Amino acid sequence: MKDTPLSNCERDFLLKAIEEKKRLDGRQTYDYRKIKISFGTDYGCCFVDLGQTRLSCSHMFAIVCQTEHLCTLSSVFTVRQSELSVKLNRQLERCLRNSKCIDTESLCVVSGEKVWQIRVDVHTLNNDGNLMDAASIAAITALCHFRRPDVSTQGQEVTVYSPEERDPIPLSIYHMPISVSFAFFQQGTYLLVDPCEREERVMDGLLVIAMNKHREICSIQSSGGIMLLKEQVMRCSKIAGVKVSEITELINEALLNDRKARKAGGKCGFAESMPQERITALKKDETPVEMTDVTETANGIIQKGEAAPQTVPSPVVPVPGVGQVGQGLQNSWGLEDDDEDDYEEEKNDNSGDEQVEEVTKMDVGEGGLLFIYLDSLM
Amino acid sequence: QRSSNELYLRCQEFGCEQSLLSRPDGSASFVQGDTSVMAGVYGPAEVKVSKEIYDRATLEVLVQPKVGLPSVRERSQEQCVRETCEASLLLTLHPRSSLTLILQVLHDDGSLLSCCLNAACMALMDAGLPMSCLFCGVTCAISTDGQIITDPTAAQEKESRALMTFAIDSAKHSVLMSSTKGSFSVHELQQCIAVSQKASEKIFQFYRDSVKRRYSKSL
Repeated sequence: MKDTPLSNCERDFLLKAIEEKKRLDGRQTYDYRKIKISFGTDYGCCFVDLGQTRLSCSHMFAIVCQTEHLCTLSSVFTVRQSELSVKLNRQLERCLRNSKCIDTESLCVVSGEKVWQIRVDVHTLNNDGNLMDAASIAAITALCHFRRPDVSTQGQEVTVYSPEERDPIPLSIYHMPISVSFAFFQQGTYLLVDPCEREERVMDGLLVIAMNKHREICSIQSSGGIMLLKEQVMRCSKIAGVKVSEITELINEALLNDRKARKAGGKCGFAESMPQERITALKKDETPVEMTDVTETANGIIQKGEAAPQTVPSPVVPVPGVGQVGQGLQNSWGLEDDDEDDYEEEKNDNSGDEQVEEVTKMDVGEGGLLFIYLDSLM
Repeated sequence: QRSSNELYLRCQEFGCEQSLLSRPDGSASFVQGDTSVMAGVYGPAEVKVSKEIYDRATLEVLVQPKVGLPSVRERSQEQCVRETCEASLLLTLHPRSSLTLILQVLHDDGSLLSCCLNAACMALMDAGLPMSCLFCGVTCAISTDGQIITDPTAAQEKESRALMTFAIDSAKHSVLMSSTKGSFSVHELQQCIAVSQKASEKIFQFYRDSVKRRYSKSL
């Protein structure tokens, strides 16, 4: 799917508007779009809406054998594997893994042998610009929300308890790195925070600063080849500090609300967070379906249809790794019939009657011939 | 005597929201119990020369699982959905174009394939693509004691002897696609098809209600 190209007049309009400090959706230069965070039914599954940009994030965990020192894995997958997804993946890995926001030591089960491997999958549902910020919010919220199963070790034996037996434990998170994106226009003269998709198309360069609420910079990345002055970078980091503390508060509030809802025993998940008052949404309760004449219909159809064969040929194993069902039909291509006839005649001349009978039996078969090759899977 | 013939099978609660994503041409999210799937349709759009068909549109379906990369299971689900859509869409109206349908599994609690089919149909409706008929998906499970359950949850699916998904069309209530797993008799298969046809009426009524609500002047 190719993106529709941006017309020149649209590009000129956007740039002119930015010069006059106006944005398409009426925001100010440093304003973020409305952020909405909701959680799924499982622990570790969350949905983030940044304006129209929507993402979903979920987790997978496993205990693996790892002889070298422990680590967690992160990956990002978008709808199409492209340059953008590789860039996002790399940036997210740097933001989460290299900043050491999770206590990886606590993820060790048996030292030197078994560790927890946690995998983060971020799915882009709708890309309306600034995927990086939304992805970092989604990933860190999901990590904070995630609960891993409880384990106990006795020597070399490891017992993993299911959620019903023992309550799952949350991960220990030191800090929450959140990235803030700045888009630059006209060779660094104008800057906008949280660019939308149109603004991203016309920007010259992008500066992404990942910070936590203690004003520690976790990563800085500048792309697009724009040249920034030192004062500009310092100003951006100050703005980022303010934004990050706002967003961190929002995340904590969302986590708290979710914890309260789960404790109260209510149902949580995507199904519940679907808005009811919208005209484009509809929900219907459980209904019974009447099945009065189902058996009669079924019987009627079976009687009208033809009878199924009584016996099904069971598979025969002529050679280990090969299964054979049926005997095979006669060759109907026409070309090889003559050869077969000649072969039969030869056989007739050379061998006795018994051999001919065997050959005839083999040619006439019933049903199809099916060979099943059994290979080792994976 | 009536009570022995009457079987009331429950149809799970379902919900749907259309046009919730701004970038795709049509989008819908369908919720069946706890299972939820989001669908996005792009098209008719430009198609790669290697994939173009001279007299019809090329339909591509992608199923993205909740965790992990798409595997063989997703490929088979894609094939089921694609064949159903190709049977009901009027592809000859858009030759040399591409239609892309992307299904994202948000949560899987059983009856996943039928939820994907329902989300796909609502998204195609939302995109305004010409179709000869609507379709819906119904899942039936046969438990170990021979009872038929519609819209099973994941726990019920695990304990069932056989699991079947049928795609039913809205015009003649005929079967567009079937995907079965497990062992069952011919009689049970026909019973499940009849059950699915009955259950599909409820789903088509739900489609009608949601579209009526969307285009109504007053609620």
